[in-house]
Amino acid sequence: MALRTFKVYRGNDKAGELKEYQVNVEEGMVVLDVLHRIQADQENDMAIRWNCKAGKCGSCSCEINGKPKLSCMTRMNSYGPDEVITVTPIKTFPVIKDLVTDVSWNYAQNKRIKPFQPDPKKKDERGYYMMQEDVERTQEFRKCIECFLCQNVCHVLRDHDRKDAFVGPRFMIRLASLEMHPLDIADRIPEVRKDYGSGYCNITRCCTDVCPEHIQITDNAIIPLKERVVDRYYDPIAWVARKITGDKK
Amino acid sequence: MLNIKEIQTIEQDVIVIGAGGAGLRAAIESSAQGLRTGLVCKSLLGKAHTVMAEGGVAAAMGNVDKRDSWKFHFRDTMRGGKFLNDWLMVEHHAKESPDRVRELEEWGAVFDRTKEGLISQRNFGGHRFPRLAHVGDRTGLEIIRTLQDHGIHQGMDIYMEVTALELLKDGDRICGVLAYYRETGRFVIFKCKAVILATGGGGKAWKITSNSWEYTGDGYALAYEAGAELMDMEFTQFHPTGMVWPLSVKGILVTEGVRGDGGILLNNKGDRFMFKYIPEKFAPETADTVEEANRWLKADKNARRPPELLTRDVVAKAINAEVKAGRGSPHGGVFLNIATQLPGDIIKKKLPSMYHQFKELAEVDITKDPMEVGPTLHYFMGGVRVNPHTQESTTVPGLFAAGECSAGMNGANRLGGNSLSDLLVFGRLAGIGAKEYITKLSGSVNINEDQVTTAIRKATDILNREKGTNPYLIHEKLQETMQDNVGIIRIEKELETALSDIEKLKAEAALVKAPGSSQYNPGWHEALSLHSMLVTSEAVARAALIRQESRGGHTREDFPDESKEWVKYNIVSKKGPDGKMITEKLMKMDPPEHLRLIADASLEDLEAGKI
Repeated sequence: MALRTFKVYRGNDKAGELKEYQVNVEEGMVVLDVLHRIQADQENDMAIRWNCKAGKCGSCSCEINGKPKLSCMTRMNSYGPDEVITVTPIKTFPVIKDLVTDVSWNYAQNKRIKPFQPDPKKKDERGYYMMQEDVERTQEFRKCIECFLCQNVCHVLRDHDRKDAFVGPRFMIRLASLEMHPLDIADRIPEVRKDYGSGYCNITRCCTDVCPEHIQITDNAIIPLKERVVDRYYDPIAWVARKITGDKK
Repeated sequence: MLNIKEIQTIEQDVIVIGAGGAGLRAAIESSAQGLRTGLVCKSLLGKAHTVMAEGGVAAAMGNVDKRDSWKFHFRDTMRGGKFLNDWLMVEHHAKESPDRVRELEEWGAVFDRTKEGLISQRNFGGHRFPRLAHVGDRTGLEIIRTLQDHGIHQGMDIYMEVTALELLKDGDRICGVLAYYRETGRFVIFKCKAVILATGGGGKAWKITSNSWEYTGDGYALAYEAGAELMDMEFTQFHPTGMVWPLSVKGILVTEGVRGDGGILLNNKGDRFMFKYIPEKFAPETADTVEEANRWLKADKNARRPPELLTRDVVAKAINAEVKAGRGSPHGGVFLNIATQLPGDIIKKKLPSMYHQFKELAEVDITKDPMEVGPTLHYFMGGVRVNPHTQESTTVPGLFAAGECSAGMNGANRLGGNSLSDLLVFGRLAGIGAKEYITKLSGSVNINEDQVTTAIRKATDILNREKGTNPYLIHEKLQETMQDNVGIIRIEKELETALSDIEKLKAEAALVKAPGSSQYNPGWHEALSLHSMLVTSEAVARAALIRQESRGGHTREDFPDESKEWVKYNIVSKKGPDGKMITEKLMKMDPPEHLRLIADASLEDLEAGKI
């Protein structure tokens, strides 16, 4: 057991401060354990979100010493023995209280996305047929636990606050998971360009770096979606073909 | 003076409380039935406990082994539940699960595939054939996300981070829910014709549990206070494999899929001890040598299943016995080893989140070293007693329950994989039940103002009183007594100790104090959930005291055997006229003959189609 110094943001969107706490830390603890200890012993009303405590639900996202993390998966022994640990809320979304932010914008984005539409021809009475190698890409995207850490570090959302123009990496992989779903027959490429703002991403890969599920957001989702947009709208041969056939897409 | 007119009132036909699999599926059905539906959940959408389910969803589709059928699934479930299950619910579940799983695929779920391209199925404890549709070891995430992404387009209104405080009644029948927004602390009245409870279980009353903070038994307490019956509460499932080290993650689930894919249990002598713990009833169907178990792992259809895949109650008690006999691992569990059974790359592919979980939280590489595991409180077989055809409460008109919150389907012990199918099958049934109930309803309902104001005053007193006990401390004391006295092995004296502790804690909880304002105040939320946990704990301890036998998830040191007499009874608790809990034996109905025949059939006769 060792006494450690923690600084935690206390306050709301308008005003707040980093408050200092001394906490006894035991072997094997993660940052969320320490926050819980502060909550139980010193500050009953300190607001944090958490659920599964095993990196599966994506509730406890925050910034620890400036790095976006899941606090349940961040072990205390990954820091120096005397290092002060500073915990702040994720920056891209408005603070409700302490470490809890208003992430409702993300839920609104999901609702804008055209739902899954399966091809009825690909099933019989035993169900749908898809091969394992064909579903693996979609499965990679479906590992997403909606921690919104990728949204938090996306420059378009964080630094430029263009939530009006770009849905962010989380929903680019949601779109990619639908577009690359072997059964899906809906077309979302026009919206990917126009409504969801694929052009805004300039491929800095910050989202990929922070993904706790190690999803290759940029390389496997965003870039292929951008390529589909380019093929559709900026390929001169396709453009001519569209002119001839009268296809409006 | 509190003016009820100033409280926000929202009108819906149906309010579903809880947005895990059962709640989402119920809300989808209720919306599909043309009812205005509100879904109320304590967390953000998609974070409920279903997300933690790992191994898979059980459905006799026969995609991997064509011999499987609903009859085998039925028989396995009854035997797993030690014949205390509601026969009709188990029949409905076994018949309906395949359609419910295929429906998820219709809504975008992407399960792992067989070579033919169909949904793949894996082995699991207590299931005769490979039956669990899965996505690696993150099946729950796939299911909740599929239901969420489908549900948001079905017209329901979703109220996130809202906690239900009390069910409102007009006379006998349900007329609404009083709740509060966690963000602001503001109260809200949902006026509605029917309520579907899908709040999961109450594992948070124990110290070592796989459950998150949400699992405080809210549904049990809400139903109980409204006059519903709670049944089979003594049957609490201790999952055999929770993490035991480090301390801060003690209790976190290690999927049964590890054993389904070949993982073995060892004590500190290196013995594969499960061979010593095969119950007589399962002996004809269980491998008795390592050699046979290995053949089974290589998919030899003539080999019997390894003893590590016995039902959860059996494995949990075996681990408990090994540890007590001094043959445990350094941190008080036993060893679970998959590293010697499968190549590293296959382990990472089949069990990615287990690999990740142990690597990050315990610094153990499961492709090289064994895991340390021990029992953890995981699931409630018991819950709100419901009509098996509609999921409606047996005593409160307009109140429905589904999933872990309801009783009947799982009897004395649940088979792994059956809860994910349970919540799909019975979530849907509750939605249909609510529609039938509302269609027959006549006249309008009125909110009882006194009920609302009394409940609100009780809640705000916690913030307003000058001093009182720290809610976290009361919770800790409850966890200690439940862990020590209502644990995996129970005895009369300890159960009585627990009940007297619960009485003292009730008195303390009546004077609890939460500092701070009502805005997003976890201390206040914790204080408000104490009542639910206390009601839940009392119902468990009382039923455990009455049931003088050992069966499934309930083991009595002083009554170590299954009794032929006790299989005839369920135990039911309800609130008495004096406000105290009444707990009684209730005679079970005789099963329909066609079901009795299947349950008692030999595997050979079932396979040959003789029954």
